[in-house]
Amino acid sequence: MTDIVLEIEKLTIALPAGADRPNAVTDVDLVLRAGEVTCLIGESGSGKSLVARSILGLLPGPHVRASGGRILFQGQDLLRAGPAEMRAIRGAGIAMIFQEPMTALNPLHTIGRQLEEVFRIHTNLSRPARRAKVVGLLESVHLPEPARLLRSYPHQLSGGQRQRALIAMALSCQPRLLIADEPTTALDVTTQAQILHLIRELQREHGTSVLFITHDFGVVADIADTVAVLRRGDLVEQGSAQAVLGRPKHPYTQALIAAVPKLTPPPVRLPSKAPFVIQARDVAKTYGARGPFGGRVTKALAGVEMELRRGETLGLVGESGSGKSTLARAVSRLLPVDDGEILLSGRDIAHLNRWQLRPIRKRIQMVFQDPYGSLDPRQRVVDIIAEGPIIHGAPAERARAEARELLGLVGLDASAANRFPHEFSGGQRQRIGIARALALRPEVLVADEPVSALDVSVQAQVLALLADIKTRLELSMLFVTHDLRVALRICDRIAVMKQGQVIEVAPTADIYAAPQHPYTKALFAAVPGANWQDRTAA
Amino acid sequence: MRAGLSRFARNRLALLGAALLLCLLLTVILAPVAFPGDPFRLAGRPLQPPDASFPLGTDTLGRDVAAEVAYGARTSLVIGIGATLGAILFGVVIGGLAGFYRGTVEVVLMRLTEFFQTIPAFILAILIVAILSPSVTNEVIAIALVSWPAIARLVRGEFVALGGREFVLACAGLGAGDARIIFRHLLPNCLSQIIAVGSLLIGTSILIEAGLSFLGLGDPNVMSWGLVISAGRAVLRSAWWICTFPGIAILLTVLAINLAGDGLNEALNPRLRDR
Repeated sequence: MTDIVLEIEKLTIALPAGADRPNAVTDVDLVLRAGEVTCLIGESGSGKSLVARSILGLLPGPHVRASGGRILFQGQDLLRAGPAEMRAIRGAGIAMIFQEPMTALNPLHTIGRQLEEVFRIHTNLSRPARRAKVVGLLESVHLPEPARLLRSYPHQLSGGQRQRALIAMALSCQPRLLIADEPTTALDVTTQAQILHLIRELQREHGTSVLFITHDFGVVADIADTVAVLRRGDLVEQGSAQAVLGRPKHPYTQALIAAVPKLTPPPVRLPSKAPFVIQARDVAKTYGARGPFGGRVTKALAGVEMELRRGETLGLVGESGSGKSTLARAVSRLLPVDDGEILLSGRDIAHLNRWQLRPIRKRIQMVFQDPYGSLDPRQRVVDIIAEGPIIHGAPAERARAEARELLGLVGLDASAANRFPHEFSGGQRQRIGIARALALRPEVLVADEPVSALDVSVQAQVLALLADIKTRLELSMLFVTHDLRVALRICDRIAVMKQGQVIEVAPTADIYAAPQHPYTKALFAAVPGANWQDRTAA
Repeated sequence: MRAGLSRFARNRLALLGAALLLCLLLTVILAPVAFPGDPFRLAGRPLQPPDASFPLGTDTLGRDVAAEVAYGARTSLVIGIGATLGAILFGVVIGGLAGFYRGTVEVVLMRLTEFFQTIPAFILAILIVAILSPSVTNEVIAIALVSWPAIARLVRGEFVALGGREFVLACAGLGAGDARIIFRHLLPNCLSQIIAVGSLLIGTSILIEAGLSFLGLGDPNVMSWGLVISAGRAVLRSAWWICTFPGIAILLTVLAINLAGDGLNEALNPRLRDR
C-alpha cells in the first residue's frame, strides 16, 4: 500500500454547552495516504469542516476544541503541537483551500504579492527567484498570461481564476497534504469541472494527499479514491469510492445516494397544447451606469423570449450571471424592466404601475432561494403566511385559519404556526416560504433556486412537495436553477440561458438526449459525477 | 428580546449602570417627600459647609444643595428622555425615508443630515435656545434638533441593509404597500438597534442640558444641576460643595446611562454579540 501521510485517531471535537449535541464529531478515524484523494462527505452540520480545521489547528476556539484523539503528521501529534510548530507545518507541510475564493484572498494586495508571501515566509529565495517561482506556479494551474496576472488584484479575476490562484498558493511549497474545504461549491458547473480536473492533475503530478470536503456526491464520484461519510459527527461508512458509491452499506449512505437526483433520461411527455399563461417578448434589463459618472453597464437581459404554458413546469437553467434570476424577478414584477412585454394570459403587465399591479400580484407568486433571508425573523409563521391574503382584503381571522391549513399542505405540523422562523431548519423554512406563496392561490409559481441552499436529502423532499402541489393545485411553474440534475427531475421543458438570452428551449427528454447548442452540451458534460450515475442506472 | 435581556443581565457593568439609574429614579420620586417645599426656598445661612442639618451644605443664597440636586434630577431626566424621544422620532423619519426610497430622496436627506453633523452640536443648541427663549420645552427641542443625525444614519443603514433581504422582496411580491413594509417589517427589525443607540443618547442630552443651564440658557424657574453649578462657580474655592455635588450627580448619571446603554447595545445588537 501507499505510505500514510496523516492519521487521525479517535478525534473528538467538543462543542460549547448549549449546542445541539455535546461533540461536533466523535471518535473519527481517518487515514490519508500519499497520492490519494479522500472525500469527506456529509450534510450541513455533520462536522466535516471542523475535522478539516482541526488538522491545521484552526478550530474556532476557545469554545470549540479537540477534546480527544490524535492527529499524526510525520510522527508529530498536531493536536499537541505548539503555535510555532503549527506555523511551520501550515502552508509548507499541509495547505488548505477554502470555499469562498473571493474572501480567501486579500483584496488590497496583488495576486503576485500574495503568492510571493508564501515563499517569503517559508524559504530564503531572493526576490527574482521568488518571482520566477510564482510565474511557474501560475502556469502550472493553467492561468492565462501569468505575467499580467501577477499585477492583478483579486476583484479583476473571475471566481474560477481566483480558485486557481488559491490552489497555486496552496501548492507553492509542495505540501504533502492538501485540504480542500468545498472548493467548488461557489463556482459554476463548467468552472467546477475544470477545477476538479486541475486538482486531480496536480495531485497526480506531485503525489500529494488530498482531503476533499464536500456535500456533493457528483463531485465525490468525479474525484475520490476513498470516501468517508460523516453523519452528525459520526463516521458511518468508509471505503473505496467504488465500494461506497456502488454498494453503500450504511442505510444513511444509501438514503443520501438515493436522494441525489438521477442524471437519467426523463420520461418523454406529450408536448402541452395548453394556452400560454406567461409570455416574455424581447425583454431587456440593464443594471448600473446612471448618474454623472457613468460606470460599468451590465446587460442582465438582452431581448429574452420565453413562454410558459398553463400547467407546465419550465426550467430556466444557466450559470451565474446568465440572467435567469433577473428574468424570474422581471416576470413576477419585482423588478422593473427597461424594454419589452411580459404577457400574463395575453395582457401586458410589464409597464403597469404599482396600483394596477396589485390585483396581478395575487396571480404570480415567488418562492425564494435563501431560506434564512426570505422570512421576516420578527414575525410568527402564521402571520407570515397570512400576510398576503390580509393585504388583499381577507379578514385576519379567516386568513390565519387558512394559513394553519396550508401548513398541513406543505407538510408542517400545525404547532409550527405560532413559532418564529429561526426555530426551523432550512428545509422547513422553505416549506413556510412555499405556503406563503400558495396562500394567495396564484396561477403561476416562480421558484428562484428554491432548493440550492438545502442539503441533498431535504432537497429531494422539497422538490417532491413542489411537484405534488403543482399537480394538485394545477399551477404553472417557472423553475430557476443552476443544477441540471434538479431541472431534469422536475421540469417539463428546459430553457437554457446565457448572457441574458435564452439560447435553447426544448422538452426535457429532448434536451437531455440531444442538446443542440454547444453551450448546452458543455453544461451537460460538466455535471459532476455524470458517468457515475450512468453506470449505476445501467 | 427576552434572550437579549438575559444577555444584559450577565453583563456586570451594565447591571451596575441599571442599579444607579434605579437610584436616580427613586431620587426623582422621593424628592418631594424628602425635601418638601420649593427647592428655590432659602433654607438656612448661606455657604454652610456640609453638616448634619444640611448634608450637602447650602449655596450662596442659603438654599439647600441636597434639595437642589434631588429636584435637578427630575429636570435632567425629563429633558434627557424627552429630547431623546424627539431625536429618535425625527431621525427615524428622515433615515427611514432616505433608506427606503433611496435615489434623490436619499441624497437630499442624507446631505441635510451631514450638514447638521458638521455643526458642533453644543453651539447649535445654544443658538437655538437663545433664539427660542430659555424654557424646558425649548431645551428639549434644541437638544433633539442637534441629536437626530446619529439616529437617522443608523436607521438609513439598517433600512438599506434590510431592503436587500428577500423577505422584504417577498412582501412586495405579495402586493404590500410601502407603509406595510416599513412599519410591519423594516422598523421592527431595527428596533433593538434604535433602543440601544437611543439609550446612549439620553446621556449626551443630559450633558447638553447641564451645559445650557450652566450658561444661563436653562429654564430659570426650574431647578437643574447646571444651574446650581453655574451659581456656585464664583465661590468654587471657598465653598467647594456647591459645584461638587451636582457635578458628581451628572457624572454618575451619565456614567450609569452609558454603562447600561453599552450593555443594551451588546445584548440587542446581533453584530456585537459573542465578542
